[in-house]
Amino acid sequence: MTTLTTDLKRLGDVKAPAGFADRLLAHVGMVDSYASFETVLGTVYVAWNGEGVSAASRSASPADFEEWFRKDVGRQLIAADPPKDLAAKIEDELQGRRRMRFDLRGLTPFEQAVLRKTREIPRGEVRPYGWVAREIGRPAAMRAVGTALANNPIPYFIPCHRVVRMDGKIGNYGGGGPDAKRSILTLEGVRVKRLEELARAGMRYQGVKSTKIFCYPTCHTGRHVLEKNIVWLHDEASARAAGFRPCKVCRPAAVA
Amino acid sequence: MDGTERLFERMVHEHQDRVFAFSLALTGNRNDAEEVAQDTFLRAYRALVTYEPDRIRELKQKPWLHRIALNVVRNRARGTRPRLVELNGSEPDHALGPEDGALLKIEMDALAQRVACLPARYRNAVVLRHVQELSYEEAADALGQPVGTVKSNVHRGLKLLRGDNDDDSDN
Repeated sequence: MTTLTTDLKRLGDVKAPAGFADRLLAHVGMVDSYASFETVLGTVYVAWNGEGVSAASRSASPADFEEWFRKDVGRQLIAADPPKDLAAKIEDELQGRRRMRFDLRGLTPFEQAVLRKTREIPRGEVRPYGWVAREIGRPAAMRAVGTALANNPIPYFIPCHRVVRMDGKIGNYGGGGPDAKRSILTLEGVRVKRLEELARAGMRYQGVKSTKIFCYPTCHTGRHVLEKNIVWLHDEASARAAGFRPCKVCRPAAVA
Repeated sequence: MDGTERLFERMVHEHQDRVFAFSLALTGNRNDAEEVAQDTFLRAYRALVTYEPDRIRELKQKPWLHRIALNVVRNRARGTRPRLVELNGSEPDHALGPEDGALLKIEMDALAQRVACLPARYRNAVVLRHVQELSYEEAADALGQPVGTVKSNVHRGLKLLRGDNDDDSDN
């Protein structure tokens, strides 16, 4: 008689399994989890929580990633088995199919707006910093856009590498410097060298004589234009003067 | 991290063992127990973020978490779920310490399984009273039943566990 109640009492002393609290806090998004993934870009460390993916980096080691995350994002981080569909989602994202949810809670509204807008740039195309600034309604904030992109906690997936300088320099890159930026763009099908040459020569927009529309050089609507119909334009004013209107897809200028 | 999150973090660390043991006794195996315990805290979190500060201050965390856990188990029971799986002690755990520790663990799992197989009303009463060591009043509060009902359910549950079920046990 007594043994049964004593046993029941001992049952009440059973401890929660190791890591239970961490997994739980990770689930509600108070602690983030991370794992490493082999991708076309090499090994990428990805952190996530209940809200979505919160950070990514091509760190050299788990310890490096953890240190960077704690400093940059400012939450706790634990290594974990990824949810079973995350690897597929990462693969899809890098192939240009958008499936991911992101946790951008730690960022300012301005930074969030910049990153959301950047996400709209299709794979294989690039836009200038000024485009992002204009599109989010802050045309004068080009430098701030640059800073926000430099601090992008989720490079590769939020494609800050698709934002480049207007003068033909590829611009800096938080995800591994200008060379990394160039190689990722190349991987996505951007002809980086040609783009740089065009920009250096001041040829900023591709106009199409038959349609009288001008685009950014990488805009996919201009990809199959006959060579004889292409005319290169230096700036918006001369384009408009020549009777061209801005493309409604890549929006190289405010559509009047 | 805001106040609610800090409160929740403290709550998890303070009550995780208690809630897990409770879930183990109610479900009878560690996998389900972890799910129930996790669900319990998730519900607690979702509730906490909607509560006014006054309500949070007056909250009696222990009985509150017990009530939530009971609801989680009740809701799970509605789905069909095979009982009595993996009788032989489940997979070896990484925390398989010294010999007697492992033995104790197997014993505890076996007991949890027997308890979990009791009809729900006896099981809940027995677990609250004897595993969690709540008073009859607290147990009655958590179950939303009169004290007398809880007492008699505890009594019958213990009787069933001892194996003398001469008064008809039912479903």
